[in-house]
Amino acid sequence: MRAARLLTLFGAPALGLLAGLAFATPAGAEEEIVLPKQNWSFSGPFGTFDRAAAQRGFQVYNEVCSNCHSLKLGYYRNLAGIDLSEEQIKAIAAAKSVPTIGDDGQPTERPALPSDHFRSPYPNDKAARAALNGALPPDLSVIEKARVGGPDYIFGVLTGYGEPPADMKMGDGMNYNKYFPGHQIAMPQPLQDDQVTYADGTKATIEQEARDVVTFLTYMANPEMEQRKRMGVKVIAFLVLLTGVTYAVKRKVWADVH
Amino acid sequence: MAGLHKSEIENPVLNWIDTRLPVITMMQKEYGVFPTPRNFNYLWNFGALAMVVLMIMIASGILLAMHYTPEKTMAFDSVEAIMRDVNFGWLLRYGHANGASMFFIVVYIHIFRGLYYGSYKAPRELLWMLGVVIMLLMMATAFMGYVLPWGQMSFWGATVITNLFSAFPLVGEHIVTWLWGGFSVDNPTLNRFFALHYLLPFVLIGVIFLHVAALHITGSNNPLGIDPKGPQDTLPFHPYYTIKDSVGICVFLIVYAAVVFFAPNLFGEPDNYIPANPLATPAEIVPEWYFLPFYAILRSVPDKLGGVLMMFGSIIVLFVLPWLDTSPVRSARFRPVYRVFFWLQLLACIVLGMVGAHRPEGIWVILGRVSTAWYFLHFLVILPLLGKLERPLPLPESISRAVLRGGGGGPLPGGATAKPMEKV
Repeated sequence: MRAARLLTLFGAPALGLLAGLAFATPAGAEEEIVLPKQNWSFSGPFGTFDRAAAQRGFQVYNEVCSNCHSLKLGYYRNLAGIDLSEEQIKAIAAAKSVPTIGDDGQPTERPALPSDHFRSPYPNDKAARAALNGALPPDLSVIEKARVGGPDYIFGVLTGYGEPPADMKMGDGMNYNKYFPGHQIAMPQPLQDDQVTYADGTKATIEQEARDVVTFLTYMANPEMEQRKRMGVKVIAFLVLLTGVTYAVKRKVWADVH
Repeated sequence: MAGLHKSEIENPVLNWIDTRLPVITMMQKEYGVFPTPRNFNYLWNFGALAMVVLMIMIASGILLAMHYTPEKTMAFDSVEAIMRDVNFGWLLRYGHANGASMFFIVVYIHIFRGLYYGSYKAPRELLWMLGVVIMLLMMATAFMGYVLPWGQMSFWGATVITNLFSAFPLVGEHIVTWLWGGFSVDNPTLNRFFALHYLLPFVLIGVIFLHVAALHITGSNNPLGIDPKGPQDTLPFHPYYTIKDSVGICVFLIVYAAVVFFAPNLFGEPDNYIPANPLATPAEIVPEWYFLPFYAILRSVPDKLGGVLMMFGSIIVLFVLPWLDTSPVRSARFRPVYRVFFWLQLLACIVLGMVGAHRPEGIWVILGRVSTAWYFLHFLVILPLLGKLERPLPLPESISRAVLRGGGGGPLPGGATAKPMEKV
């Protein structure tokens, strides 16, 4: 819970002890899931997206995730942000077909353009549920921002599959996952070792694939991130200078009053 | 009655205007030479800071409204389109969303400053009450703004909060239907919330104008809580406080920028990045952080109507605060007992905020009830009694005497300005 952490942050100076005690007590009977914390290229105020990882991540999304999960807020042109060339993007888009209305007025399909949204695997949620045993794969466009823990959470779920504890009763068609809330997830383990073959020779372990696809999805959720941070550094540097100058002027103006 | 103003402005064009519409003389009087107590500390920055945030909110909000679509199937995607496809749209949207949090941080500090230094006491009662109206309008505006992205928390927050009105007997259900424009939170709700979210800030400007007008009649309070007795106790607003406010604004902007550029989702709930779904209730429905103390009061009363009344009562009680506090001494500096109770009340509010962020289970229920009771006890019982029982410290003769004795000749004139009274 972000709100809780936030309040600890602000309340701490005023009532460090009480806050410490209060937050040490678990909020409820529910067990706390501790996510595996990873070092991400994009974390921190100067973090940027590891281009090679993001490109490999796109390959994982394209070959694995996109069979069930849409990425409907993304455009093919967004791939320029992870340094794929215009030709590569055109080729990637052209390999997909998107619904359109033909010259005869009838629904048909045409090859996608870089200006098209990513093609969704199912025409609508009902079609997805019908095909997937009633489960609805969430859209991945902003998934990094939509889950507590963000990238660590996605990484955790992708790598957290295993055998359920002996005393756990699993639902029909459900899979055990250490990091998924409630531990029962409808999605079967999506990544295996060597699920994809990387062109750059990187060994495709489950963890490698997960890290790569998380980098890609974080980019798709925050395509503005690098521009935002670069601008932030400049803005804050400027403001610090301005504060210094303003404070000096203030001292000068007030000098005769004291 | 009617008659041209005798302007003293030298520039002929400005003089011509000022003769017919003396706005320049007015600005000169209210913000130029306006006599202001000479002993403000940096807590007196926060009114100006609130003004700055309001301007940023209105500017960014108008630009956002040019790109936003208030329709339930398109609202969520249109907000994301602003983030992705509008030039610097992410700056507008993150600036606006975090601006709301900054607005509340600034205004809450402003309010607690008023509580500490007794700024609500005669003759500033009306000034204070207008301030409470401003806070209520801000809350309504922020609540409706949070609904607009139409994520899960938007939708379910709107459902929970509007449903509060159903607690009122007889008319409750009708009020809720009327608020919703239907039988559940739906497209008409989103539409009207958008319209009101755009309208209310301008109402806010009107009330703020009155707030500032009232301030310029009574004059500002100050850390000593005693009235200026002559020109030796005051300074012209410009340049002394324009420059001091500027320092505060710069520091504030650094904090604001740090959040917007490096942690833009710090104050947000991840669930609000999931599109609204009337069929799936989130595991926990949490309001924005600035509503948590009120949410805690609501949930601490084991009766729906009682909880709603207590929640509204927690703000209503502020309207009558000037008459509940019976002490003639304004500043807590000279009220040793009140000072302790002030900090306890602040603590109660912070605890209420923490309670609001947790499920009402175990220790949180007890903490919630104790601090709710304390919140009201403070205003309704302690303050009226304290004014009669407490023996305040002797007040200084005048602001200038206190300032010169406290800060004169010290090695650090800058530090002396910040808290000249600590040594008195």
